[in-house]
Amino acid sequence: MAVAKRTFDAVIIGGGGAGLRAALQLAKSDLKVALVSKVFPTRSHTVSAQGGIAASLGNVKEDSWHWHMYDTVKGSDYLGDQDAIEFMCRQANEAVIELEHFGMPFDRLPDGKIYQRPFGGMTQNYGGDPAIRTCAVADRTGHAMLHTLYQRNVAAKTHFFEEYFAVDLVTDHHGYTLGVVILNLQTGEPLFIEARATILATGGAGRIFAATTNALINTGDGLGMVLRAGLPLEDMEFWQFHPTGIHGAGVLVTEGVRGEGGYLVNKDGERFMERYAPNAKDLASRDVVSRAMAVEIHEGRGCGPKADHVYLKLDHLGPEVIKSKLPGIRELSLKFAHVDPIEAPIPVVPTVHYMMGGIPTNLHGQVVAPTRTGPEEAIPGLYAIGECACVSVHGANRLGSNSLLDLIVFGRAAGNRVIDHLKENPFPRPVPVDALDPALSRLARWDRKGGGESVSAIREDLRQTMQRHCGVFRAAEVLKEGVAKVKAIAERLPHAALTDHSKTFNTARIEALELENLMGVALATIVSAEARTESRGAHARDDHPQRDDRNWLKHSLYYAEDHRLDYKPVRLKPLTVESFEPKARSY
Amino acid sequence: MRFSIYRYNPDTDAKPRMQDYELAIEAGDMMLLDAMLLLKDQDDTLSFRRSCREGVCGSDAMNINGFNGLACVTPLSSLKQPITLRPLPGLPVIRDLIVDMEQFYHQYRSIKPYLINEEPEPEIERLQSPEERAELDGLYECILCACCSTSCPSFWWNPDKFVGPAGLLQAYRFIADSRDKATRERLDDLEDPYRLFRCHSIMNCVAACPKGLNPTLAIGRIKELLTKRTV
Repeated sequence: MAVAKRTFDAVIIGGGGAGLRAALQLAKSDLKVALVSKVFPTRSHTVSAQGGIAASLGNVKEDSWHWHMYDTVKGSDYLGDQDAIEFMCRQANEAVIELEHFGMPFDRLPDGKIYQRPFGGMTQNYGGDPAIRTCAVADRTGHAMLHTLYQRNVAAKTHFFEEYFAVDLVTDHHGYTLGVVILNLQTGEPLFIEARATILATGGAGRIFAATTNALINTGDGLGMVLRAGLPLEDMEFWQFHPTGIHGAGVLVTEGVRGEGGYLVNKDGERFMERYAPNAKDLASRDVVSRAMAVEIHEGRGCGPKADHVYLKLDHLGPEVIKSKLPGIRELSLKFAHVDPIEAPIPVVPTVHYMMGGIPTNLHGQVVAPTRTGPEEAIPGLYAIGECACVSVHGANRLGSNSLLDLIVFGRAAGNRVIDHLKENPFPRPVPVDALDPALSRLARWDRKGGGESVSAIREDLRQTMQRHCGVFRAAEVLKEGVAKVKAIAERLPHAALTDHSKTFNTARIEALELENLMGVALATIVSAEARTESRGAHARDDHPQRDDRNWLKHSLYYAEDHRLDYKPVRLKPLTVESFEPKARSY
Repeated sequence: MRFSIYRYNPDTDAKPRMQDYELAIEAGDMMLLDAMLLLKDQDDTLSFRRSCREGVCGSDAMNINGFNGLACVTPLSSLKQPITLRPLPGLPVIRDLIVDMEQFYHQYRSIKPYLINEEPEPEIERLQSPEERAELDGLYECILCACCSTSCPSFWWNPDKFVGPAGLLQAYRFIADSRDKATRERLDDLEDPYRLFRCHSIMNCVAACPKGLNPTLAIGRIKELLTKRTV
């Protein structure tokens, strides 16, 4: 089958914060860049980020990137790579100032500087008083950032392929990435984008779970592509449960609510976080707060007729603060919980929110994997940034407001490294005659007619199984059973069929391709989780309640082939400062 | 619950039709989008856009019982049956509830929706007082869903020449920004019988906006600024 081809210097897959930031960096160098997105860029999930972006500007009280680095290392439960964490925290101020210069409408302090608010796990003086580090646009920081970055790309005349779905990477026999096959949603036609550099910026995959704050589009498409290319995924057992998803709806309520002074209460009206984290209380890190909530509910102190949630109380902040600093939360609460937080508390439960793991990269955004020469060799021509990547700055638990920072810092860094790569590789490599075959047969498979199970039935079984078997608290038996169940569900997928075989905007076909990606991500998650017999950050094992640095201070690597696991060391050595040695973690 | 939904697939249909659907559910706390996802499980050919499912991404704008809105934040219980769903009016239909939004995006891009400031960048943030920043409230929150522009008769008649309420709201968002230095050029660009002045303040846009924004007010401010500079 002849497939149309377009040639660019670089192709970016994903139009969220990371992809758009990388595109801007490349645009400055006069390069031909294609940005592919399955949705119009401002529909990307970055738009839902609420609370803010961390940077030690010190606009409210003293701060330093060293403290930010310490908090991030500790928050990661020492699984984060300290070189990448230093790189990110050092660049945070510059990155945020640049966003402001781009036009991002940050809230302001009386002196005209960017407004900052406290967030969980962020401290002064290496674990002292709460820091005020999170730069905010009310509770719509992600929306403001995404629109600003899209707007700068309009100014830069970036070449967008809007509403094109990325099918698979195109590689040669030497392991070079040569571009990507994409599918035009409107026409149903495939297109080969040839590029000397391919940057994956496809975001998270929270849709592997039944209850998630993630958008419907968060299906791990880049992760699926990487697995099919025979490359590993890193630390997939680490999924963040955000403490405050609206009960029933799963919609996120920002940690900024607690940053502004809100707190959690159980059915007795008790501010229970005082028992679990005497110092930081409601601003302990997310894994700690989510577990405390799960314990309260499990021990019968939950709220509501089924005692299955707790309350987030903020009415004491007063209407002025709520209306000016948390207007989006009020709107969501009114719509999805039928509660006006000015008058009554919001019912919340821990809800899957963020994937700490992902495609392994170094701090230049280059995808790395164990090869002949070492555990972290760069895959030529392939990059990953943002939530789909595991660089790893978040380790076993991400701190709130570090994800928007991650997008900007590593989007820019990957852009810079791609510029160097393109100078060293001025010409496209030859494309083997059969290089597009895997992608095209993947598409052709869904054209098969005749009955079969529906995509939605398999997807819902998968999501329910992951929810039941890979939740806030995990244990050997439940995980083992879960692995068997997910494998059984995966075996049903080749027999699924579509009834819609039309070309024009066939969303059923897209959902089928997305399910294939979700399946790979779910398997990576539950297989990695079953193997890790310790509790660290977001991965909490009832049967192994302690962190075990002797055996488990290492990153997991999962390969799709035979569900094989491998491990690599954590990078404990920062770029210029002393290492933070692992120690007991309390808030 | 009963639904009547606009269907058109150019691959197979000579012309559009309305198709009836039924769902055995109670409205309860469900949003319209939740019900549509259940309908899609029954009939995978039913096509519509959706992403965030919480009213911030602007994907699932459509015409619901005659009014433009977002399916994900429209409670099912608020809707009279049969719930009639049509694509946003005035834009070419690609398939079912999916419209071609290029004219809408083109008008948005035409107002230069980005901060223009040629002065050297300071090493810190450009300062802005809380009061100056407050001028942007009610403007920057636009989600580009197109509910407003596709409820506007002036945009229906002249989508190629009239910027439309969404684009004009963003034009004013940059005019109102104390950091933007291109007010004169922005006003020059809009001083045109079509680009700005096709707005006759009928305020359909205000009624349609799912974020509670007021494009008519912003357009009025732009007109005031134009009047001021001529006198």
